[in-house]
Amino acid sequence: MAGFVTRGFRGRRRDPDVAGRVPPGQYVTPDFPVLSAGPTPRVALDGWDFGVGGEVERAQRWSWEELRALPSETFTVDIHCVTKWSKLDTVWEGVSLDTLLELVEPTGDYVVAHCDGGYTTNLPLEDVTGGKAWIAYAYDGEPLAPEHGGPARLLVPHLYLWKSAKWVRRLEIVDDDRPGFWETLGYHNRGDPWLEQRYHGD
Amino acid sequence: MDDESRLDGNAAGGMLAEVFAFEMTTAEIVCAGCGTVAPVGTTIVYAHGMGTIVRCATCDTAVIRVAQVRGRYWLDLQGTRTLRIETS
Amino acid sequence: MAGTAVPRRLTWQLAEVAASNLETPETTSLVFDVPDWPGHLPGQHVDVRLTAEDGYQAQRSYSIASPPENPRLVLTVERVKDGEVSPFLLDELRVGDRLELRGPIGGYFTWEAARGGPLLLVAGGSGIVPLMAMIRHRFAASGDAPVRVLYSSRTFIDVIYRDELAYLTGLDSAVEVIHTLTRAQPADWQGYRRRIDKEMLAEVAWPPADRPHVFVCGPTPLVEGVAAALTELGHDPARVKTERFGPSGG
Repeated sequence: MAGFVTRGFRGRRRDPDVAGRVPPGQYVTPDFPVLSAGPTPRVALDGWDFGVGGEVERAQRWSWEELRALPSETFTVDIHCVTKWSKLDTVWEGVSLDTLLELVEPTGDYVVAHCDGGYTTNLPLEDVTGGKAWIAYAYDGEPLAPEHGGPARLLVPHLYLWKSAKWVRRLEIVDDDRPGFWETLGYHNRGDPWLEQRYHGD
Repeated sequence: MDDESRLDGNAAGGMLAEVFAFEMTTAEIVCAGCGTVAPVGTTIVYAHGMGTIVRCATCDTAVIRVAQVRGRYWLDLQGTRTLRIETS
Repeated sequence: MAGTAVPRRLTWQLAEVAASNLETPETTSLVFDVPDWPGHLPGQHVDVRLTAEDGYQAQRSYSIASPPENPRLVLTVERVKDGEVSPFLLDELRVGDRLELRGPIGGYFTWEAARGGPLLLVAGGSGIVPLMAMIRHRFAASGDAPVRVLYSSRTFIDVIYRDELAYLTGLDSAVEVIHTLTRAQPADWQGYRRRIDKEMLAEVAWPPADRPHVFVCGPTPLVEGVAAALTELGHDPARVKTERFGPSGG
């Protein structure tokens, strides 16, 4: 897609790597851009629930109050979007996926995240266990805003941010991998920013 | 709020013209979700960085999804039952 | 004039800056010579692509401000605060520079004099740009469709094409422009002083029985509010065409 070089155009200033914390091809932003593939869902909390099911010993469902009553963590992570921005030291609060998976005892090897609005994404189980993933409901000390995925989103910061599905309602454990919304449209099936796995075939 | 950034079908006109070689905003889509027949110009477009997602204005079904990946277009029309394109 | 649906692949073309004219403190009209321009319909837009020396690219859409009768293509660009592209176009681009654009794009949000009126054009801020192409075309084509323009701006000095609109309405009493200034008004201001709402539309718009062609353009929240209000007032949604510019208003 080479174009005619436009005299004098420099584009947004891209900051250099901050002490090795920024994956290849990324730049650091102080903003928190919102990228959406559809309208922002608005769901009343009293009707909201979240579940983990599928290939598990014991499918579970939690209401908003029940989810908030589970053991939670406040944690600080860097996040990386495939559109090349990275945001460092973001602070979240949520329930570790290890806590949830312990309760359901998965037998399958992959996870499909299902969200309000129809968005889906897929991950191998090992990418959401061992302290690598959460159901996050607060960002920067405040309840998670709808445009950033509130009331709750999946957060898997070691992979590109499209895997951190906004407005998550259900995790389905499956035996066979099932590519989701972006994975079926040319994006990489796994999405590791350190290996620059942006697109299919990378 | 991100809903302020949604656009009309016109905004997908450039990307669709790359793929289809026809003026597409007047093309009609029969939505696979709700059966509504409407020109692309009336759809709601979400286009940021990762791809262009065109949704039915009546039921929000993604009628056209397109991403440009390493020189190829990935086009998903599952949400469109039929696409009617004028040639003149 | 070329039709809207010619079977051809849309390609990037080089356009050369012939002139640059300040319209308001925040908007400038850029005049281009485009050697192989196929013609366009009022309301259509172009995509502009900028490439830096390291290959980095940015792309934006801009409505065409000039009518098809103009030999040159005019884009009116509004500064987006902390934007990546508009500051370049407004501050850096010089006469003689070339850049890539492709178009015309968009057969849906268009109007030609032959389609007749009455015409209701509702604009917020830089949303006036594609509507101005329609107005200019009406005069260039010696059309006689009655036109009402409802145009929302922040302050008097932010009104794009202010003098030209006043001149054109003086030429033809069938063309009316109603302004509303939402943030501040001159001392002797007689016009509206608030955001466009259903009450204002009820006062300004043609009655639904007249079956006007309606075009609404500007920031997404304004466009959605106006379209909803017009439907509530009884206008046929199929005759209300919208072009949302997103949050920044283009």
